[in-house]
Amino acid sequence: MANAARTDTATTRAEPEAGRAEAAPKARAPETAEAPVPAPLFETLSGIPVRPLYTPGDVNPGLEERLGKPGQFPFTRGLHPEMYRTRVWTMRQFAGFGTAEHTNQRFHYLLAQGMTGLSTAFDMPTLMGYDADHAMALGEVGREGVAISTLEDMEILFRGIPLDQVTTSMTINAPAIVLLAMYVAVAEEQGIPPEKLGGTVQADMLKEFIAQKEWICPPRPSVKICVDMIEWCAEHMPKWNSISISGYHIREAGATAVQELAFTIADGIGYVEECLKRGMDVDAFAQRLSFFWDVHNDFFEEIAKFRAGRRIWAKLMRDRFHAKNPRSWMLRTHAQTAGVSLTAQQPLNNVARVAIQALAAVLGGTQSLHTNSMDETLALPTEEAATVALRTQQIIAHETGVTNVVDPFGGSYFVEALTDRMEEEAMEYLRRIDEMGGIIQAVERGFPQKEIGDSAYRFQMQVEEGRRTIVGVNRFGGEEEVSIPVLKIDPEIERRQIERVRAVRERRDAARWERAMGALRDACMSDKNLVPFVLDAVRAYATLGEISDVFREAYGVYREPAVF
Amino acid sequence: MAKKIRVLVAKAGLDGHDRGAKVVASAMRDAGFEVIYTGLHQTPEMIVQAAIQEDVDAVALSILSGAHMTLFPRVLALMREKGIGDVLLTGGGIIPKEDMAALKQAGVGELFGPGTPTTAIIDYIRSVSRDKRSAQAGSAR
Repeated sequence: MANAARTDTATTRAEPEAGRAEAAPKARAPETAEAPVPAPLFETLSGIPVRPLYTPGDVNPGLEERLGKPGQFPFTRGLHPEMYRTRVWTMRQFAGFGTAEHTNQRFHYLLAQGMTGLSTAFDMPTLMGYDADHAMALGEVGREGVAISTLEDMEILFRGIPLDQVTTSMTINAPAIVLLAMYVAVAEEQGIPPEKLGGTVQADMLKEFIAQKEWICPPRPSVKICVDMIEWCAEHMPKWNSISISGYHIREAGATAVQELAFTIADGIGYVEECLKRGMDVDAFAQRLSFFWDVHNDFFEEIAKFRAGRRIWAKLMRDRFHAKNPRSWMLRTHAQTAGVSLTAQQPLNNVARVAIQALAAVLGGTQSLHTNSMDETLALPTEEAATVALRTQQIIAHETGVTNVVDPFGGSYFVEALTDRMEEEAMEYLRRIDEMGGIIQAVERGFPQKEIGDSAYRFQMQVEEGRRTIVGVNRFGGEEEVSIPVLKIDPEIERRQIERVRAVRERRDAARWERAMGALRDACMSDKNLVPFVLDAVRAYATLGEISDVFREAYGVYREPAVF
Repeated sequence: MAKKIRVLVAKAGLDGHDRGAKVVASAMRDAGFEVIYTGLHQTPEMIVQAAIQEDVDAVALSILSGAHMTLFPRVLALMREKGIGDVLLTGGGIIPKEDMAALKQAGVGELFGPGTPTTAIIDYIRSVSRDKRSAQAGSAR
């Protein structure tokens, strides 16, 4: 690491104005010598106006009822009576790069460092349903995550990790059904039945069309496959989260906190409605729906978002969908610090941003957390950067004392007012989406996409006008650049992965493969749940690309209208 | 009145990160450029084809997937092969400094990383386009 740079900038960094203005008095350093700094915006990142002081008069009547007790409806104060006193959140660092061997090594390393849950990042070809040797995969194999084309890759990925003793989150969407099947198949080989497996597949296609933009088929068949997984998991994998309804990508694409809250919950409503249409009992699947929030810089707004989200969901599940089991009312969530808030300039500063964001997630009552590494605007994290990120969580959990008290901001005039306001604004969006006929129609019309694009542009303009400050980018910059080491992905990886997938195709039992693929093709033409057919196909070493091709033929390929 | 500067904003490969491309496209439009956005998941061939059809002054390629060392050279080679090697190829994304240097060495224009004001990109494209247009006007005489 750039130790020298870190030491000699430490003083100037604390007082950068003074540093630049030399002899100028510290308190009023004439930073304005370059450009006038506009008046600060007294509003949250979502544009909610913020007053200088909050008093009891700012809190709407009926607070006790809106809060409930921790562990009770409407769960504003948290899902469990004692929260982190009983059990600290799961520290789940997202990892994946190169081949299955590389990521397997990183998993072993992170587990040895005290990480308590695995989280898998896949490369772009895997996310889009292409094998490593497909033309579209050119230059992308193993770059943004691990390359998984066949069951053999998956066997290597989890080698030496007993799958009944860890929980595994897989950030995979369009081909989630394939990766879920591969995970179940690897567990079978380890002698572990599906009912013992704990973890999550993201499998939230609605947010793909809204924000992350990784898809295979159009929205309706994509959602059908998601619901197949929810249904199958409800029956066979009682400890598995069959979906992670994700605000993260929506926020990263430019949404405000309110929009993140609203569109994510709208997606949740969409899945629940599709499951109910299939005749499922709401209490049979609702407890396995999980959520995923982004945690951005606006400290109090983020805490309010977590609290408002739990309350909105609890009310919807109880009152709109008539769930009887309190567990069905609970919005259980993973959280990740905001990648988009990190800066390439002065990257060490990102450690501070991540710590503050992580603290907000904890004070908001998250169930699990990923902290980003300081170098992620430059490349995938190095081992050292990933370790600092994990240590940040451990410091919050074990040194700061914040885990001792449940929902410590409960009753704060400001946080309660903000929680109410975010709930109101999110509910207004939900009403509009209901009027459009639901989230699938809204997505097909491009409504959330347009709202998010507009917010992203507004934010960028505020930054460029100097109305929003980003330290090291539009203020307090100008120091010599600190360079930090960056993870390099060897281009050899692509060649090796291509060889491996080709070898598997050569070696597998062709007759068994043929039968499984034929059965899958037929199932796609019916209303049958596809999970058992995909499971048979992966056991026969059908590749991810081949299975995705069956979906492409059966359901068509999605093309987004190019608008900005 | 001078002809408006025409820019093709392009997303290549499997990368779905389109926040930056859309923000930059909107800012260019507001700055008076004519902007054509390809949409996601384009191959280098599709991008170069669009650049020829739309007769653009610049191609601005956004890559956040790590595939920049494959995709920029491929687009540049195709542009040269198809006779539009004089059109500016610029872009941005998550691109380490040394890769930026290598790509510039190979003939790619300025590349912009995270935190760049949109005005810097606009000013750059405007100045390069102006130089190229006056050079063309000069050689035509």
